[in-house]
Amino acid sequence: MTSPLDQKIRISGPVVVTANRVGDGAVVYRSADARWTTDLADAAVTSDATVARELLKDAVDDDLNAIGSYIAPVKRTEGDRLQPGNLRELIRWRGPSVELPAAPAERSLALQS
Amino acid sequence: MYVYDAFDRTLVAERVAEFRDQVARRLSGELTEEEFKPLRLMNGVYLQLHAYMLRIAIPYGTLSSQQLRMLAHVARRYDRGYGHFTTRTNIQFHWIKLEELPAAMTELASVGMHGMQTSGNNVRNITTDQWAGVAPDEIEDPRLWAEVIRQHVTLHPEFSFMPRKFKICVGTSVHDRAALRIHDLALRMHRNEAGELGFEVMVGGGLGRTPYLAKTIKPFLHKRDLLSYVEAVLRTYNQFGRRDNIWKARIKILVHDLGPEAFAEEVDAEWQVIKDGPLALDPAVVDEIATRFIYPDYAPFGDNPPELAETRRSDRRFAAWLDNSVANHKASGYAIVTLSLKPEGGTPGDCTAEQMDAIADVADRYSFGEIRVGHEQNLVLPHVAQRDLPAVWRALDKIGVAGANIGLVSDIISCPGLDYCNLANARSIPIAQELTRRFRNIDLQRDLGRLHINISGCINACGHHHVGHIGILGVEKNGEEFYQITLGGKADEDAKLGTLIGPAVPYGQVADVVEDIAAAYLELRARPEELFIDTVNRLGVEPFKERVYATR
Repeated sequence: MTSPLDQKIRISGPVVVTANRVGDGAVVYRSADARWTTDLADAAVTSDATVARELLKDAVDDDLNAIGSYIAPVKRTEGDRLQPGNLRELIRWRGPSVELPAAPAERSLALQS
Repeated sequence: MYVYDAFDRTLVAERVAEFRDQVARRLSGELTEEEFKPLRLMNGVYLQLHAYMLRIAIPYGTLSSQQLRMLAHVARRYDRGYGHFTTRTNIQFHWIKLEELPAAMTELASVGMHGMQTSGNNVRNITTDQWAGVAPDEIEDPRLWAEVIRQHVTLHPEFSFMPRKFKICVGTSVHDRAALRIHDLALRMHRNEAGELGFEVMVGGGLGRTPYLAKTIKPFLHKRDLLSYVEAVLRTYNQFGRRDNIWKARIKILVHDLGPEAFAEEVDAEWQVIKDGPLALDPAVVDEIATRFIYPDYAPFGDNPPELAETRRSDRRFAAWLDNSVANHKASGYAIVTLSLKPEGGTPGDCTAEQMDAIADVADRYSFGEIRVGHEQNLVLPHVAQRDLPAVWRALDKIGVAGANIGLVSDIISCPGLDYCNLANARSIPIAQELTRRFRNIDLQRDLGRLHINISGCINACGHHHVGHIGILGVEKNGEEFYQITLGGKADEDAKLGTLIGPAVPYGQVADVVEDIAAAYLELRARPEELFIDTVNRLGVEPFKERVYATR
């Protein structure tokens, strides 16, 4: 299995470290105090490749709690709110862009095309 | 239905116990993810974008009502109340928790279900015609032969670490409803000149990045030689298939690189050594397996009972359903009913726990407790008495699976795409949903006639886009979703790969493009009876291409 740390880290804006939680597969983000959080707002954000690499190394080392750590782009929206920086990450963050068949009332997260 | 014996039940139970231990060791940290990943994959457990996904095998697409109720229970208890039927006739649960997987698998094992060989580089679930055993054009039930192979390859150590996955399909009908030629190994039953039954053996089919249709390497194989020849194909692939490049590891690349003739020679050399050994099929063993398939005791009903004609006359929706979703059965007085999992605005192949329970009830009452899954992501009730069709239609209509769109433009095949899948580049489901809205008018659908749209969210082609009459492939360009359109593909007995018509179009234009193609067909067809695929074959893609790109 290739480690993400073997790859050269190129970043062009703010990023976070994300993964999936071992117990239930939920999307999680690495926080500044070396925890995993499901709340993107609590994620450690950096635009510095060296810092990003340190965050990633720390995350990869925590194999007991999270799987498949990698660096993902984020962006600041109006009001300085943090949002994922691409469609894939947006879907990971919000859930599928379509209503789930069994619980339509709970899902109204259709993405703008 | 096939009834599993004690051997199968023990095997599944032991595997669940083993996996329970492996999960516990992973959760405690005793196993790293690197160590655990191959173990979970051997049990059909993937990690997707939002959660783990459990893929459960449905051998040759046959389910009992008891199994369907268990799937409903698992959906409700361990997932989010629904499951997704796939193009390989399996079912996937997209929100399973690792912590709860052993419990879910224990419950599934109680009805003979599992996720073994639904992942990994082994022989995957063997598929066949969803009308197996009931189709009027069938020579004999293909599931017997699928079961013979299944028993041999299940946990077979020699075939557990092949260069890549290996998909086998068995067909025994005149019309190919199982997409034989897109499989790694396809077995088509037919009679030779002496009137004997055997198989045409085709290898090297597959879609993905490098699509090929399977090539015939043996025109006729006697039944007794089925297992030894399959073994020879697998061994040849195991020996010569590439392991250095995942994109060139499937058997289709090997067959293409060697050439079908040279590949056939290699297989034959291996086969000559083993053909008269223990793998030569003993008819008594095959007969014993055959006795474990329980067939319904059909009543001596006649065709076209009066209540059918009466309801057809009085209810236009029922008449449309009867025309599009109900097929002739080999037994007089019976019919094959296809349940549409393609409602307007829905996700192709998704089925809620409530629908599963209700379908199981209808199957018990009207279809001898049996349900089938087809690669088009619909379900089938294979044994419905024609006199019961009005009642069945009403029951299915109540739960939203009585769509009259089988084989029509809204009966779309779609992979889960970027809404769920880690491999996807673009979304598939919202494209399918928008198309079902654009073509919601059933009269328009019927005017368009048989028209298959297949959508994949990446080049791996789980949505079979290469063989869609209209194929749609999602790609990513500079962070945006774009879609390539192909025309003229088909997966039947005259299988063909589609032709790309031009540059990819953005997400927001896909439905408009498909509407333009449909409108062009209505203008270009030689007569109302000429099917879309025949118009494309007659004229080529140029007139459609001109229409699509004239204003774009």
